[in-house]
Amino acid sequence: MKFNQKNLLTIADISKSEILAILDLTATFRQVLDRPIPVVPALRGKTIVNLFFEPSTRTATSFAIAARRLSADCVNFAAMTSAVTKGETLLDTAKNIEAMKVAGVVIRSSHPGAAHFLAQRLMAFIVNAGDGAHEHPTQALSDVFTIKERIKKMDGLKLLILGDITHSRVARSDISAFTKLGAGVAICGPPTLIPPGIEKIGCEVFYKLDHILSEVDVVQVLRIQLERQQKGLFPSIREYRALYGLTKERLTKLKKPLTIMHPGPVNWGVEMDHEVSVSPHSVILEQVKNGVALRMAILYLLAGGEYPKSSSTEPS
Amino acid sequence: MLQNNELILSGGTIIDPLNRRMFQSDIYIEDGVIKKIAKNLAVKVHKTSSPAKGSKPESNIKEFDIKGKYVAPGFVDLHAHLREPGREDEETIETGSYAALSGGFTKVCCMPNTEPPIDNEGVVRFILQESARVNFASVLTVGAATKGRKGEEISEIGSLVKAGVVAVSDDGEPISNPFVMRRVLEYTKAFDLPVMSHCEVKALSEDGVMNEGIVSTRLGLRGIPDVSEAAMVYQHILLADYTKSRLHLAHISSKKSVEIIRWAKEKGIDITCETCPHYFSLTDAFCSTFDTNYKVNPPLQTQADVEAIRQGLSEGLIDAIATDHAPHLASEKEVEFDLAPFGMIGFQTAFALGYEELVVKKYLNMVDYIAKLTVEPAKILKLEPPTIEIDKKANLVIFDTKIKWTFKRESIHSKSQNSPFIGKELIGKVMLVITGGRGFDFSKD
Repeated sequence: MKFNQKNLLTIADISKSEILAILDLTATFRQVLDRPIPVVPALRGKTIVNLFFEPSTRTATSFAIAARRLSADCVNFAAMTSAVTKGETLLDTAKNIEAMKVAGVVIRSSHPGAAHFLAQRLMAFIVNAGDGAHEHPTQALSDVFTIKERIKKMDGLKLLILGDITHSRVARSDISAFTKLGAGVAICGPPTLIPPGIEKIGCEVFYKLDHILSEVDVVQVLRIQLERQQKGLFPSIREYRALYGLTKERLTKLKKPLTIMHPGPVNWGVEMDHEVSVSPHSVILEQVKNGVALRMAILYLLAGGEYPKSSSTEPS
Repeated sequence: MLQNNELILSGGTIIDPLNRRMFQSDIYIEDGVIKKIAKNLAVKVHKTSSPAKGSKPESNIKEFDIKGKYVAPGFVDLHAHLREPGREDEETIETGSYAALSGGFTKVCCMPNTEPPIDNEGVVRFILQESARVNFASVLTVGAATKGRKGEEISEIGSLVKAGVVAVSDDGEPISNPFVMRRVLEYTKAFDLPVMSHCEVKALSEDGVMNEGIVSTRLGLRGIPDVSEAAMVYQHILLADYTKSRLHLAHISSKKSVEIIRWAKEKGIDITCETCPHYFSLTDAFCSTFDTNYKVNPPLQTQADVEAIRQGLSEGLIDAIATDHAPHLASEKEVEFDLAPFGMIGFQTAFALGYEELVVKKYLNMVDYIAKLTVEPAKILKLEPPTIEIDKKANLVIFDTKIKWTFKRESIHSKSQNSPFIGKELIGKVMLVITGGRGFDFSKD
């Protein structure tokens, strides 16, 4: 069976069954990653461009490694130091990439819709690696994979997304992905960092962390950026930590285990205490590891690969 | 373009928005002036005039059979951006006033956010001369209310009036400082001029790019809350009432603003306002594909707002329909949504959108609809009322409401093509415009 999508732009674009098939394939690639030589020849001869207009360490690296594990040629178009700084528009960049005949483009941009912009104009497949505060579908899919591996049952699972929801593409994609698989999603943060109408996307809104933390199975802690405080969205880091920080005091009070995620990079001591990361319930590094396998699955499928017949068969 | 000295429009329905009536009659026009309004003129003129004049052959009288079509006074647009001087790559007086004409507008107000802005006599004179030279829709100038449109010091409104401005505004930017707005309102009383207010509380709209709500939340685009417009609508109404000055609220887009305007009008506060076709035909949901042609300021709102705008027009709370024609180059618009400039072109689609959304959907009858495009905007500017009367100059638009047509890129007369309606089917079409002694056939557009 072929993957019936040209691009991966948002979670909203893909169905539950497509998500499940992607997760199956991700499990297969996870096995590949554990081999002594973790490479398959699936995308040999194909070129994938990594087009990152924002500084990013883990996502850019994750995509680059994923491409190489599939034997694709991966080119980093370091947009920060390229013609873009000389005033070249995304349209110019798109036309140049098109002229170079690449198989796929992975784009990260601070502008919502940048991936759509390319998808509307290029023959190459497009993967949205984060567009402003809009979506970050590969992060959400790898989060779903990580939780599914750890907890197995998605139906009835309760996820809390904690922090700056307004500026978070991860929050939007996570809400979509987890609810599609039957999980319930709550969000919590200062009201100034919760966008209007978010509940209509499929989540419950809470302002008091201690009211909801004991009710959930998993928490996704979001990075809080200092500039939000400078813009007057919350009074101080100190107060943020007191009200919304995932502190070890808060964790020790819980009666049942809580699985902890963070899409990174973490501001230790702000949104989360360092002790929390070493807890056996933290899956932060698993998220990173699974991210590579998930991105292999996405690149493989968008490049024309087929779904495995069952999760045990290996893609050729 | 047609240049017959004598014209007969036969068989059409005349709309007289001033007296709120419609009737069937022929119109006979000689040298750009309406000479006769009566039934069966075509027959009479052919029979009597041609043998009597002898030297003039009968065929010199151009007859237009406009049976089943309407004739109305030329439309008056209170709000457009013609970009010249400064951004002649986007639009010029020539292309803009011709595009206006093709939409049925024989008069069009140009906003002062040019480069340099219309804040001195020289720019006013240049625009008026250029308008007279090209001789399409006549361009009326709106002067900057403050120097450089900075919202700090009152511009030399006296000189601007002497040069010919019909209103003042800082459009594109609000006059944020209430002290300055108060003084602008007071000062213009000496000239009996309307102050056109672009209502936006900048501290609330900030760097927003679309309406704040469920759609902006889903798209992760920075939102502009509807209270940004409404809060300034309220403040400026209070100042207008306090100073007893003439305030005109530009491009009203939201339900909250309509509610405040209702309160003001019920209280007897003397203000006027306009809305634009996109605010009664489109919602913020259209932004979902990140198509920058839907990016306008004030932003497209929700269905409830669209309904309130239509209702506001229906109840007479909203006086006029203006286009806010805002041309931008494809290269400026073909970028990420949040980087694109605000605005869409509007002349050629305005009539059809209003016909379909307001008349067909029964918010306004035909005569009241046409009044919002003619006598109502003229009243706001204190112009002579647009009418169809004997011995008056013929400024006429002939339109057909039975025609379904597709708005095509090739038919755009503006220099810019930033319209979300390209490729859309519309109902009702401007066929012919007569002004300045000339006829313009737009039936093939």
